[in-house]
Amino acid sequence: MEDKLVIRGIEFRSRLWVGTGKYKDFDETKRAIEASGADVVTVAVRRTNITDRKTENLLDYLDPGKYKILPNTAGCYTVEDALRYSRLAREAGVSDLIKLEVIGDDKTLFPDVIGLLKATEILAKEGFIVLPYTNDDPIMAKRLVDAGASAVMPLAAPIGSGLGIRNPYNMKIIIEQATVPIIVDAGVGTASDVAIAMELGCDAVLLNTAIAGAKDPIAMAEAMKHGVIAGRLAYKAGRIPKKLYATASSPFDGML
Amino acid sequence: MTLTINGKVSDSIRAATVQELLDELKIAPVRVAVEVNLTVVRKAEYGTFPIRDGDVIEIVNFVAGG
Repeated sequence: MEDKLVIRGIEFRSRLWVGTGKYKDFDETKRAIEASGADVVTVAVRRTNITDRKTENLLDYLDPGKYKILPNTAGCYTVEDALRYSRLAREAGVSDLIKLEVIGDDKTLFPDVIGLLKATEILAKEGFIVLPYTNDDPIMAKRLVDAGASAVMPLAAPIGSGLGIRNPYNMKIIIEQATVPIIVDAGVGTASDVAIAMELGCDAVLLNTAIAGAKDPIAMAEAMKHGVIAGRLAYKAGRIPKKLYATASSPFDGML
Repeated sequence: MTLTINGKVSDSIRAATVQELLDELKIAPVRVAVEVNLTVVRKAEYGTFPIRDGDVIEIVNFVAGG
């Protein structure tokens, strides 16, 4: 049976989405993304190098037919900046997708959810498909959907921290009440972290550092691919309840 | 004509429109976005959107990011 993620009519092949930052070079980026099986890659919006036109561009390495480009507003600390970057991203790209970040603090990179809510509302009205990066707060997740978010992207832990899902119970509540896809974004460290996210029932995982920062990014990309698949299958299969005492798996009948 | 392009002051540009500016800078329009005095210029308007003395212009593209 098909088990595809769909956001506002856009179908996604993979439930693993990956960032393109922090790789050694574009060749490594390309190989890691291929190994991950992801069909969504995030990018940032920055000034074009106008003096040296020979500089290579990331997009030369990524087949636009193979990947959906998801621009972010990383580095934006105000609503105004987030709007400005989003509008530029839409004009530079080919879709209305935006991974909306309004950052509140440079040490934690936690979102400024008040600004995020305002920016979500404005961009949704402008026709953007807004995917806001937010806290693991169930109430804020609901408010973002009310404001027009097409999916909600709660963090597992601070960006690049590798701590994994720190509040699985909040995440479970966010998922249970969700009326849009929930994509865990940021903070996972290894394959078991993404498997746990998927077992909780989230719709996809977006990560960057956990692959790019691994000793062998290509191998880790593949591990993440399997982690997402395993976690999704386990979620759909329905795990056994946890209990304190044992239940024998072998029969008593026929014992000597 | 003095322009500020991506934060740098330039007085060598002769372009009269956004399209001519991109041509002069040898930038393919397909992957960039252009902002003139904080207004994002639609690609369809590149050929007609005027560049004037004193304009503050930003030309951006996608780079690696998470």
